[in-house]
Amino acid sequence: MANDSFEPEIVGILCNWCTYAGADLAGTSRLEYPPNIKSIRVMCTGRVDPMFVVKSLKEGADGVFISGCHLGDCHYQSGNYKSVRRIVLLTRMLEEMGISADRVAFEHISASEGQKFADRVTEFTNRLKELGPNPLKEVE
Amino acid sequence: MAEKLKVAFHWLASCGGCEVAVVDLDEKILDVIKVLDILFWPVALDGKYEDIKAMPDKYLDIAIINGAVRTTEQEEHAKLFRAKAKVVVSFGSCACFGGVPALANLTTKEKILQTAYETTVSTDNPKKTRPQLETKMNGRTLELPDLYESVKALHQVIDVDYFLPGCPPMVPLIEKLVAVAANFAETGELPPKGAVIAGEKTLCDECPLERKEKMVAGIERPHTFAPPDPERCLLEQGLICMGPATRDGCDSQCIKANMPCRGCMGPPPKVDDQGLKMLSALASIMGVENETEMSRQDLEEFMKTVPDPWGTFYRFGMSTATLNKSLEGEKRETEEK
Repeated sequence: MANDSFEPEIVGILCNWCTYAGADLAGTSRLEYPPNIKSIRVMCTGRVDPMFVVKSLKEGADGVFISGCHLGDCHYQSGNYKSVRRIVLLTRMLEEMGISADRVAFEHISASEGQKFADRVTEFTNRLKELGPNPLKEVE
Repeated sequence: MAEKLKVAFHWLASCGGCEVAVVDLDEKILDVIKVLDILFWPVALDGKYEDIKAMPDKYLDIAIINGAVRTTEQEEHAKLFRAKAKVVVSFGSCACFGGVPALANLTTKEKILQTAYETTVSTDNPKKTRPQLETKMNGRTLELPDLYESVKALHQVIDVDYFLPGCPPMVPLIEKLVAVAANFAETGELPPKGAVIAGEKTLCDECPLERKEKMVAGIERPHTFAPPDPERCLLEQGLICMGPATRDGCDSQCIKANMPCRGCMGPPPKVDDQGLKMLSALASIMGVENETEMSRQDLEEFMKTVPDPWGTFYRFGMSTATLNKSLEGEKRETEEK
């Protein structure tokens, strides 16, 4: 499956208060990370409807990278708990359908963790390169 | 009195429950006969497909079709009735969303045939014989319909005018349909195309039970559960009730019998995907008091208590789900984190 020329398309869904700021920090610190991720800012990962993830995959994304505050640090107290619960259940369902749970990442990256953001995005991109293109693309 | 409407009832991949639902009208069926002239109804009347084929196009006023589409024959019939009827009504959850037969989409055609003809305990089939699409016998060729890889809802195969969900559709909704038909016979007027003959809100909106607490501490299953408190929200008692993601109009019949909603009425208006909405709602309210002390791992373990998410959230809605077919291909190759 691994293909050197394969560049995965990644939808990034980042929370305004932690990871989006963390991604900003990665940028201003001139850290390098793969350009495969296309980031979308949401106010909180609690805003992430499972439909966002499924629709991204259905419409051709190879992976979805969701990242919010550390547990206990949510700006809205419990948004990231809700989101973790949803995404955990959703990835289990995706797996049962034959879509690897590895295509959906849920990370906790704070505003000060620019390096962690760059590392996680790099890891995730490499993981998707190993997995190859999203099988849903072939179905369509 | 206006002329009677010419009506055909037909079944595709269904259990026959929808036909029984019509009979459930009891003496009110006499009112139905006053407005409708039933020309074709395999479960109750003798009739031949050739009769339908011989009709001029749009000869029938209404074709009421139940059941999902999963064989070539069913697709052929669906198209036949579409051609011969002015109005087609998707009747019941299978026709509207795939229903229980559509759970077959969670696996593959090959696996289904393998189970049915080879691997069940009671199967005695050493030669692994399977039905063939064509067999020659005494110089004649016999044909069987082919099974599709996935089960489809009726509107995924033909153009459908109205939807009447429910497994089976409840009597008050069938009466509503009869009223629509009577009005059509009288005035020639029809509701807007695509209308769903049911409620316009979620089941929770009409539910008589009371919700007291905010969080659900864990999931219970009906068969392992003492009779629930008949006045409290079933969801907060830990039973997965599809109410938050299900259309109303069924008069909360299951709830009144102290059973959680299974979602047969399909998604409420403006919701595309019933299962994902339910997942979202359930995951939001699942939690314990000391939630903030839970680690990521605890949360993952906690969510494993949800039994069979596909079968629960999409019991009646697999065909119309956003992801409506198992891919069977990609397996988890690398271990996360």
